[in-house]
Amino acid sequence: MNSQWEAVIGLEIHTQLSTQSKIFSGAATAYGAEPNTQACAVDLGLPGVLPVLNKDAVRKAVTFGLAIDAEIAPHSVFARKNYFYPDLPKGYQISQFELPIVGNGHLDIEVDGVEKRIGITRAHLEEDAGKSLHEDFHGLTGIDLNRAGTPLLEIVSEPDMRSAKEAVAYMRKLHELVRYLEICDGNMQEGSFRCDANVSVRPKGQKEFGTRAEIKNINSFKFVEKAINHEIERQIDVIEGGGKVVQETRLYDANKDETRSMRSKEEANDYRYFPDPDLLPVLIEEALKTEIRATLPELPDAKKQRFIEQYGQDAESAATLTSSRELADFYETVVKAFGGEAKLVTNWMTGDVLGALNKAGLEIADCPVSAERLAGLLKRIADNTISGKTAKQVFDKLWNSDASADDIIESEGLKQITDTGAIEAIVDKVIAANPVPVEQYRAGKDKALMALVGQIMKETQGKANPGEVNKMLMEKLKV
Amino acid sequence: MHNLTLSELAAGLRSQQFSSVELTQAFLSRIHQHQDLNAFISVSEDTALQQAQAADQLIAGGNAGPLAGIPIAQKDIFCTLGVKTSCGSKMLDNFIAPYNATVVEHFNQAGAVMLGKLNMDEFAMGSSNENSFYGPVRNPWATDSVPGGSSGGSAAAVAARLAPAVTGTDTGGSIRQPAAFCGITGLKPTYGRVSRYGMIAYASSLDQGGPMARSAEDAALLLQTMAGFDTKDSTSVDQPVPNYSAGLNDSLQGLKIGLPKQFFSAGLDNQMAATIQAAIEEYRKLGAEIQEVDMPNLELAIPAYYVIASAECSSNLSRYDGVRFGYRCQNPQDLADLYTRSRGEAFGAEVKRRILMGTYALSAGYYDAYYLKAQQVRRLISDDFKRALSGVDVLMGPVTPGTAFRIGEKTDDPIQMYLEDIYTIAINLAGLPAMSIPAGFIDGKPVGLQVIGNYFSEAKLLNVGHRYQQATDWHLQVPKGFE
Repeated sequence: MNSQWEAVIGLEIHTQLSTQSKIFSGAATAYGAEPNTQACAVDLGLPGVLPVLNKDAVRKAVTFGLAIDAEIAPHSVFARKNYFYPDLPKGYQISQFELPIVGNGHLDIEVDGVEKRIGITRAHLEEDAGKSLHEDFHGLTGIDLNRAGTPLLEIVSEPDMRSAKEAVAYMRKLHELVRYLEICDGNMQEGSFRCDANVSVRPKGQKEFGTRAEIKNINSFKFVEKAINHEIERQIDVIEGGGKVVQETRLYDANKDETRSMRSKEEANDYRYFPDPDLLPVLIEEALKTEIRATLPELPDAKKQRFIEQYGQDAESAATLTSSRELADFYETVVKAFGGEAKLVTNWMTGDVLGALNKAGLEIADCPVSAERLAGLLKRIADNTISGKTAKQVFDKLWNSDASADDIIESEGLKQITDTGAIEAIVDKVIAANPVPVEQYRAGKDKALMALVGQIMKETQGKANPGEVNKMLMEKLKV
Repeated sequence: MHNLTLSELAAGLRSQQFSSVELTQAFLSRIHQHQDLNAFISVSEDTALQQAQAADQLIAGGNAGPLAGIPIAQKDIFCTLGVKTSCGSKMLDNFIAPYNATVVEHFNQAGAVMLGKLNMDEFAMGSSNENSFYGPVRNPWATDSVPGGSSGGSAAAVAARLAPAVTGTDTGGSIRQPAAFCGITGLKPTYGRVSRYGMIAYASSLDQGGPMARSAEDAALLLQTMAGFDTKDSTSVDQPVPNYSAGLNDSLQGLKIGLPKQFFSAGLDNQMAATIQAAIEEYRKLGAEIQEVDMPNLELAIPAYYVIASAECSSNLSRYDGVRFGYRCQNPQDLADLYTRSRGEAFGAEVKRRILMGTYALSAGYYDAYYLKAQQVRRLISDDFKRALSGVDVLMGPVTPGTAFRIGEKTDDPIQMYLEDIYTIAINLAGLPAMSIPAGFIDGKPVGLQVIGNYFSEAKLLNVGHRYQQATDWHLQVPKGFE
């Protein structure tokens, strides 16, 4: 970005709450069912039917509010947002307007080692709309109302972010948090976690905000970064070209990597919000907050700090290993079952295990090597039964079978040779057979030793302890 | 049979003087005979006879409730599984609900027989039943006159003995005003007493279903079946339902009646005032004490009501868009055309007028001046009632400024039509229960007395109505040609 300019970014994130049934009806919320098979009379907006609030959606919203240190409104109100659209069955969306359930809170992010607090203005409950399907209907539009009535928590940030990087960090942090809290599955492909970004630019040092544009429905971290950066550039170009940024809603086109205008402020709907007379105000008592607070899990920041202190991790490893609750739990299960130095677990988890999962495109929950089997492998490294190098071989076998590390080591004969006499014989043999590197080493070329170690390891089929071999060689080659 | 009370009908069924099938056939034939009243939109003959047969078996089995086998009819605003629910509109002329309203469900469980669906003003918007897509209903007392609205078909059917008792709904007077015009008893319960689930919404914060019958005694039996908490309606109130028949005969000695002076101001017709005063005299004879009460904000009720009701209706009626059910225009060119023509062709003038008023009242820049202000007025009116009812047991006054007017007389003047509800509307804004009972005649047309009570005082209202009906015979009069 041109250094004269500063971007101002605020995000509105729609998280789909992982309730069993919809926010105002008993229909299921499962994703991917045949169109219109999960829409009951209430979801279809048939005449005479009435909404009944799902208490679990309220609990999940309160859970979120408590986790971001927000004010939980003792009295919040559902309002109707009126507009016509074919996938909005009632002609209005039930949302919260003037009195949202979650008030002021905050989330701390870290970008390039610098911590920053991002304000959260509010979070409110609302129902999702259905989907309009424009393909395969011979010029007509299909309507799928399975998603209609799915509970959403819309989380609105303060315009506290100053770069696309910060916006992504905030979004990631929020994504991690809602999954920790188990209030949202975070599945971005299925639309469980969607983002709108409000972007404006202003000359550095200026207090007033510039005119903002809202970029709608950006559904991946990568696109958020690209869309915001693109929009910042576009706005700077407009202003530097002598133009004015207009307040409007823009759509990000991932294929062309550009945003384009959807509608201007003048074309914006007048939503005619008013309190929904079919629903009573939501009253949250202290007792409910206390009860929910007691069930809050350890939150990501606290867990990260604990991992650093308890397991001696560096900040980066701790961040990686606490990036999801499942991963952190897996890690701690391994540490416990292993019983040895946590550092070995940390190295294996951040290295081999995550590497293999990444390569296979799997989540930790689907890891073919259970925490117990991994601990079994690490025990054999710690007690020198196998070398670290052999351990990688064993790990591959653990990945592809149900056997334990001990079984694999046994059946494959991978145990390290611990008989010093046997190793010594091989060391002597290799020294005798390789006079050139021996001379080079003795002449002060330390690197030559590695060739000899390699030879010995080859002779022992990797079963000798490399440390032991090294020591023995140096001893024998002493001038 | 058609002149018997509900208790007499139940006794006749139990003692096998007649079967439910015979009773049902008798009423069905009266409905056909008096088709020109246009009280019914749908007559569900086949299902009614099936229900009657089932009821006869239930009664023979010996454990049937008081409404088992008794024919009733539903205002066409209550959704009925398998029977068309039009709400008086072209928009829903093709709509058959896949569910029963909770009220309908209650009648089914009681073993009652549904004769059909009653005519009404379109989406319950109107005071004369002239706004129905299915044409106006005629008042049995004067067939050139309206039966009132919006529950016009309901009131006419009871007055003409086409059904012994029926349901109605009341958003601004839609039970009480037609009850008054047709000389029957109609009770609008406390808001939240009767479930609104499956009752097509006009103005959600004001709508309330209730019984319409020939007497307070019959209304009590009907309300017993209709009332109760419903988990499907968040605004229904979780409070036990008392026995509405138990206290019907309680003495009225010492009953404190308040007369809001604003109800008896210069605007009230002399003959109407005299008729109401005579009814109140009757109560004095029954031992009641009368006092005047002041309700200074009452005159604000009509403007506040038309802002709130219209605002809610503009939103409630958005779902009728031609997309999923109901009327759809021919060959829509695009989405805007589909919306515009489907709604333009299927909604009547009064419905459109209220949607426009409500949309305007909720618009950015006008919300505070209209909707918010109207809600503040609503609170003031509620406070007026609270204050007035703190010193008395019930309030009394007229239901309507005059008696049933001629069909077509007021259709060109919406304001004049809106003033029809001047005495009833404030009660809906406050959410209180109120009842209309027959209290005399002016030029051969019935007059209704309005009795207003505190929240959940339906049993008291029915008691007050019943004692009056024990002392008078206005409610026993039958219009000529319907004896």
